[in-house]
Amino acid sequence: MQELRDITWQGYARKNGKKGIRNRVLVIYTVKCAEFVAQEIVRGSGSGDVELLGFDGCTDNQYAVNLLISFIRHPNVGAVLAVGLGCEYVQPEWLSRIAQEEGKVTDWLFIQNEGGTRAAVRRGLAFVEEALRALRETPRVPMGFSDLIVGAECGGSDYTSGLAGNVVVGRFYDRLVDEGGTAIFEEIVEAVGLDSLLLSRAANEQARREIRYTYDKALEYCRSVRQYSVSPGNFAGGLSTIEEKSMGAVIKSGSRPIQGVIKVSSPAPHPGLWLLDSTPDPYWMQFGITNPNDNEGLMDLISCGAHIVFLVTGRGNVVGSAVSPCIKITGNGETFARMQEDMDFDASPVLRGECSQSELALQLAQMVADTAAGQMTKSEALGHHEFFVPYKYQEKQVAFKKACEE
Amino acid sequence: MQTAFQIDLTDNVATALCPLAPGETRLLGDAAQSAIEAVTDVPVGHKIALRDIAQGEMIVKYGVVIGHATQDIPAGSWVHLHVMQSNYDERSSHLDVNTGAPKDTRYE
Repeated sequence: MQELRDITWQGYARKNGKKGIRNRVLVIYTVKCAEFVAQEIVRGSGSGDVELLGFDGCTDNQYAVNLLISFIRHPNVGAVLAVGLGCEYVQPEWLSRIAQEEGKVTDWLFIQNEGGTRAAVRRGLAFVEEALRALRETPRVPMGFSDLIVGAECGGSDYTSGLAGNVVVGRFYDRLVDEGGTAIFEEIVEAVGLDSLLLSRAANEQARREIRYTYDKALEYCRSVRQYSVSPGNFAGGLSTIEEKSMGAVIKSGSRPIQGVIKVSSPAPHPGLWLLDSTPDPYWMQFGITNPNDNEGLMDLISCGAHIVFLVTGRGNVVGSAVSPCIKITGNGETFARMQEDMDFDASPVLRGECSQSELALQLAQMVADTAAGQMTKSEALGHHEFFVPYKYQEKQVAFKKACEE
Repeated sequence: MQTAFQIDLTDNVATALCPLAPGETRLLGDAAQSAIEAVTDVPVGHKIALRDIAQGEMIVKYGVVIGHATQDIPAGSWVHLHVMQSNYDERSSHLDVNTGAPKDTRYE
């Protein structure tokens, strides 16, 4: 393995100046009523680069609209088709206009205007074929770790997550940040009990204030819903408390200074290590559970521009994600052996004393580079393209004042 | 030889790397002692006490407090929901010690 700074690959140059590692076509439905038609367009295309995404709506929740827009702007996306029914709040035309402003191949349609299922699918398929042809001409551009944004979250944790899986991610994050890349970790609710540790790593006073506020908000949220981010499966696996799970999770952030807190759908202002806040902000009506499932967490990271996402698991998982490839990591050797067709990276050798943490981190860096260069992850090869766009309320920036007190 | 993994020198628990039965257990990681005598069964991935821990004393792993002892815990025994609880989350002490399933919600 060479030095990280010597590793480059060919990315896709977007007209908005960003660099992507995939060349995807998103078919976005703007209400549940349009989902089937959008799904048929994706299926009919026969291409793994054409992906379904959407919001069940139809009320236009700002958080959900922001998410959709962030995927439209994402550098892994080259083309966007917005499919609406015709009477919903969320506007496919406006989504398509944003795609156009970003220089992406785009169109939109209303199923009611097209005349129903068959006609809308026909029109959608014609667009997708044209888009795939156009995307073959996308200019290629060299990329390295300093251009890369990586996101990490964990789910279905067991004791190996905190001993090996998250530890290798933390070691890799240190290297990535040192090379000028961007690393994002989330799940502030999984840092309950660890406020002083996080505060001591703040890069500056502003970052410190953001971490303090975000931590307090998450703790208050957990208290009020009487639900901490720990589940029966975690306890059965040997974790006894949220604090224990927290430390096992926070370890994946590595050891570099935390530049600040970013919100869902808001890209990191500059490279370095960032904490993503995905918990709802106080509001007159509380929309959404903090991390309802693993795919929501992955989507949150991707909404902040992550080219690649890590899912660290102890008990195993099969999911992938729309927009960005997902590398699934486990520190549990039995899980890896049992689910080898689904799990990408085995971090268990370190627990058997077969390699050091730094050697393992370099192996992970190589897998990241190969994936960025186009090699499919296990979930991509199997055709996984999960997505989750929920109703939620969140400010665009860290709000030090509660909205309901204004 | 059965093994357990101690993460930080200041920890008073280690993590079982295989199912532990009463008997000598080798300690890997940042361990002050090379072995501990297990006095109970400890499931894989669960914690074993590295010394006697008194009721109310903090449980330390990763060098940080992860909860407190709800009763005296003898060295070498299994440390989980039945003898410790979170300093934040009251609910976890009501979960089944083996399955983690909630016991405070009625299914009627």
